Amino acid sequence: MPTVSMTVNGKAVKGEVEGRTLLVEFIREHLGLTGTHVGCDTSQCGACVVHVDGKAVKSCSTLAAACDGAAVTTIEGLAKDGKLHPMQESFREHHGLQCGFCTPGMIMSAVDLVKREGKKLDEDTIRHGLEGNICRCTGYQNIVKAVQAGAEKM
Amino acid sequence: MENFNYHRPSKVADAVKLMKKAKDGKYLAGGHTLVPTMKQGLATPTDIIDLSGLKNAGVKVGAKSVVIQAGTTHAAVAADKGVRKAIPGLAALAGGIGDPHVRHKGTIGGSLANNDPAADYPAACLALGATIHTNARKIPADKYFTGLFSTALKDDEIITAVEFPIPKKSGYAKFPNPASLYAMVGVYVVQDGKGAARVAVTGAGPGVFRQADMEVALSKSFKADALAGIAVKPRGLNSDIHGSAAYRAHLISVMARRALAAAK
Ligand SMILES: Cc1cc2nc3c(=O)[nH]c(=O)nc-3n(C[C@H](O)[C@H](O)[C@H](O)COP(=O)(O)OP(=O)(O)OC[C@H]3O[C@@H](n4cnc5c(N)ncnc54)[C@H](O)[C@@H]3O)c2cc1C
Ligand code: FES
Ligand code: FES
Repeated sequence: MPTVSMTVNGKAVKGEVEGRTLLVEFIREHLGLTGTHVGCDTSQCGACVVHVDGKAVKSCSTLAAACDGAAVTTIEGLAKDGKLHPMQESFREHHGLQCGFCTPGMIMSAVDLVKREGKKLDEDTIRHGLEGNICRCTGYQNIVKAVQAGAEKM
Repeated sequence: MENFNYHRPSKVADAVKLMKKAKDGKYLAGGHTLVPTMKQGLATPTDIIDLSGLKNAGVKVGAKSVVIQAGTTHAAVAADKGVRKAIPGLAALAGGIGDPHVRHKGTIGGSLANNDPAADYPAACLALGATIHTNARKIPADKYFTGLFSTALKDDEIITAVEFPIPKKSGYAKFPNPASLYAMVGVYVVQDGKGAARVAVTGAGPGVFRQADMEVALSKSFKADALAGIAVKPRGLNSDIHGSAAYRAHLISVMARRALAAAK
C-alpha cells in the first residue's frame, strides 16, 4: 500500500492508503476533517473542493497517492486564531448559505477565484468562477453577493 | 472503485516499461476523465501509472509554432502569456474547458488521448494542423483522430507534447451543454499564413471532423458572409436527448460564425 505524506492546513501528516483512496476519503476518514463534503461523487458539484499546492481542485476525483508531497488546504484551514476568514464571515453576513452543504466548496472556490482574479470581482466573473459549484438551496444570488463583499475584505 | 497497483515513475521509459509489465494498465494524467470512469466501473485497470511524476508541463513559444508539454493543465495553457499572444483562440479554448477546478487538473495530453467526441482540444488540433509528439513518433492531427474515443495511439504509447503551428488568425466558439459543460457543438476556424482556411467541428458527430465546404468558402474570404450559401447537412450527426442532428447542424453554422467573429 502506498504511504502518503502531505501538509494539511500547515500540519505534516502521513498515512497508508490504497491506490484507489480518494483525496476526499483521506481528508475525511483518515484525518477526520469532515468540513470537506461529498455531494455528487461524480466531479460535478464542487462540494469537495480543496486547495492542492494553492489551486482549487475536486478532491473526489483526485487520488490521495497522487498528492504525496503536496500542501493541502481544507475549509478547516481558513480560520485563523478562532477568527473566521473574511470569505467565511462574508457568507455569514450576506446569508450566502441555507443548508450549508455546498458552502465549504463554495468558499474554497471563492478564495481561489480571488487569488486568480483579484479583489474587485464583477458579477459575471463570479458566476463563471463558480461554474463548478452547485447549490441546491440559495439560487446563488446571495452567494454572489457574499463572494463580492468577501473578496474586497481579503 | 476497484483497487489497483499505483505507480508514479519519473521517466517516460520507466512508465512504458511498467505499462508493458502490467496485466491491464492505464496511464493517469489529471484523472478528470479516468477517475470518474473507474468509479463507474467502466474501467477496472490492474495498474495505474501516474504520469504526474514525469513533470512534463510547460509551454514553449517559437517563431513558427507553440509546443505544449502533455502534462500542461488547461488552466496553465489559458493563462500562458505566450499562447495568448501567439494563438489567442487556443488559450481561449483552454479557458473554456469545464470549470476552474477541472482546468486545474485536466491536461492536454489526457484530453487528446481520451478523444471524447465532445471535447474541445481535438477541434483546435485538427483545425490548426497540430502534430502530436509521443515517446515513439510524431503524428499529424489529420491521422491522429480515428473516431469515437479512438486515436492512432498504441496501448503503451505516451503523448509527450503537442506542437501547434502559429496561424495568421484563429478562433473557437462552443455551445456548451449547460450541465456537463462539454461542447454540444464547438467550431475552431483557422486562417494560415497563406490565407488557406481550416475548420474543425467537435461535439456534433461521433468524432471531430473538418467541414470541407466551409474551408473552401473561407479560403476565399475569411468572413462570416462567405458562409451565406452553406447549409450544413444533418446526416451522420449525433441525435440524443440534448439535441437532434438537425439542431446540431444548425449550431455548426452559428458556432462557425461566432468563431469567425472571435478570430484573432
Ligand atoms: C465536470 C467536468 C467537465 C468537463 N468539461 C470538459 C469540457 O467542457 N471540454 C473538454 O474538452 N473536456 C472536459 N472535461 C474533461 C477534462 O478536460 C479531462 O480532464 C480531460 O479530458 C482528460 O484529461 P486528464 O488529464 O484529466 O486525463 P485522465 O483522466 O488522467 O486520462 C484520460 C485518458 O487519457 C490517457 N492518458 C492521459 N495522459 C496520457 C498521455 N500523456 N499519453 C497517453 N495517454 C494518456 C489515460 O490513460 C486515460 O485513458 C470535463 C471533465 C469534468 C470532470
Ligand atoms: S463531490 Fe466532488 S464534485 Fe461533487
Ligand atoms: S446552501 Fe444548501 S446546497 Fe447550497
